[in-house]
Amino acid sequence: MFRNQYDTDVTTWSPAGRLHQVEYAMEAVKQGSAAIGLRSKTHVVLATVNKASSELSAHQKKLFKIDNHIGIAMAGLTADGRVLSRYMRSECINHHFVFESPLPVGRLVVQVADKAQVCTQRSWKRPYGVGLLVAGLDETGPHLYQNCPSGNYSEYQAFAIGSRSQAAKTYLERKFETFMECTKEELIRHAVFAVKESLQEEELSSGNCGVAVVGIDEPFVVLDPKTLQSYIESLETGKEEQQTMEETGTDDRQSLQVQHEGTGSRGISVGAGDDSPTDMET
Amino acid sequence: MRWEEEGMKQNAFIMGNKLMGSSPHVFSLIMPSIPITHTQTPYVTGTSVLGIKYKDGVLIAADTAGSYGSTTRYKSVERLRPIGQNTLVGATGEMSDFQTILQILDRLIITNAMFDDDNTLGPPDIHSYLNRVMYNQRNKLDPFWNTLVLGGVKNGVKYLGNVTMLGLHYVDDHVATGFGIHLAQPIFRNEWNEDMTLEQGTKLLEKCMLVLFYRDRSAINKMQIANITEDGVKISEPYALQTKWDYEAFSNPTVGNEGSW
Repeated sequence: MFRNQYDTDVTTWSPAGRLHQVEYAMEAVKQGSAAIGLRSKTHVVLATVNKASSELSAHQKKLFKIDNHIGIAMAGLTADGRVLSRYMRSECINHHFVFESPLPVGRLVVQVADKAQVCTQRSWKRPYGVGLLVAGLDETGPHLYQNCPSGNYSEYQAFAIGSRSQAAKTYLERKFETFMECTKEELIRHAVFAVKESLQEEELSSGNCGVAVVGIDEPFVVLDPKTLQSYIESLETGKEEQQTMEETGTDDRQSLQVQHEGTGSRGISVGAGDDSPTDMET
Repeated sequence: MRWEEEGMKQNAFIMGNKLMGSSPHVFSLIMPSIPITHTQTPYVTGTSVLGIKYKDGVLIAADTAGSYGSTTRYKSVERLRPIGQNTLVGATGEMSDFQTILQILDRLIITNAMFDDDNTLGPPDIHSYLNRVMYNQRNKLDPFWNTLVLGGVKNGVKYLGNVTMLGLHYVDDHVATGFGIHLAQPIFRNEWNEDMTLEQGTKLLEKCMLVLFYRDRSAINKMQIANITEDGVKISEPYALQTKWDYEAFSNPTVGNEGSW
């Protein structure tokens, strides 16, 4: 993106009908490390690529619990994200106090979007520099939304934002049609794999990746490193088998199933009681 | 609270046109300070409201009387009102406060609808909201002088509860307000069961309304019954119950005790 004379103020239109400051804010989201979300009929999973600013520091926190039934992953200026998550938590708890029922996630997303829009129409403000993936439950089931600095929001089956998110999106686009029927474990595995795609050369470990899940009757929880590591390991073993399956030309759905039966104790079983991560986060 | 602001604007207007005796306001620039008065006694009141859960939903009954002290001043007061798609509220006590509460609830429903999504307010949400409204008013020592019955069905869940003017709220399988607490609740406790049909439930409520008509001086023989099911709220047209006055004891009431009544 190149500088031009209409980009100094967020309240100045360009002749092409664009607000450049808002677009620059969305650039900031693209520079942040990746965040991925996907959902099934019963669960929503969020995953993030966690960058540590130096080897000495702990990695950044990008997954936030907003309420028992809502959580977010952010990409971009995480300081802005923290402020937004404080607002979201406040709205949820206020709603709960007045109505004694959980704030529907769709409502919260609209409120955040309206808040973001205000910043695009005030000369003394700047847009939020963070994109949010909001995972939550309401009466109609699990939902995944994205909130943009522009004040736009949309609902997704699966999505990825941040740097190198295109790799993750490509993977998600290949697989998203199967997501609705996935179990929680399968969904988490897809999310971890998508993170791996975003990391490309880097080694995937529980140190540079974060995963959180929310589901019907299951409150939002960020997976602890141990559980996450076992998912990552199960991915390693599964990957070799997947490659051989793809070589023989079977389609993805079948390959997942065949892995259950054919490959003994090292296959990706789905809750079939071997050393794969069946006992989840507490 | 927003509903108060509107009242304040009206008061300021009245102040500018010579005080008419309504609740005066603190920051008057025209007239000297007059003590603020709050609701201390109700004027036009409604009597009992009864509610029971039955097999397919919730039944709520109330008569249509608005008493002005000891006189039955208004005989066609609708004390049962639907709120949204799934809920009904019935009120005992000061009818003007009930009308204000209905405006507040109307505002809530409309604001909720303006989000234009699939989320609707159900009976538990409205119950909790009403409780907050009543409790906050009571904290200002200016209560809405009502006891409200709140019932409805949403997503197959039947809901019935009360909110008092002190901001106490609770749920139960059968509720009553006013005289109904003393005359109808005992009958509910004896005769109510979970699987009552619509006919059985209606009969039970009519029996209790009849007792109330006989014994509560502010009750009249003109009542409405509301039936709330998953399909929505249906309030009957007002109707009267069959009464019996030709008991032998009534024909010669003072026999054996001349001079009494």
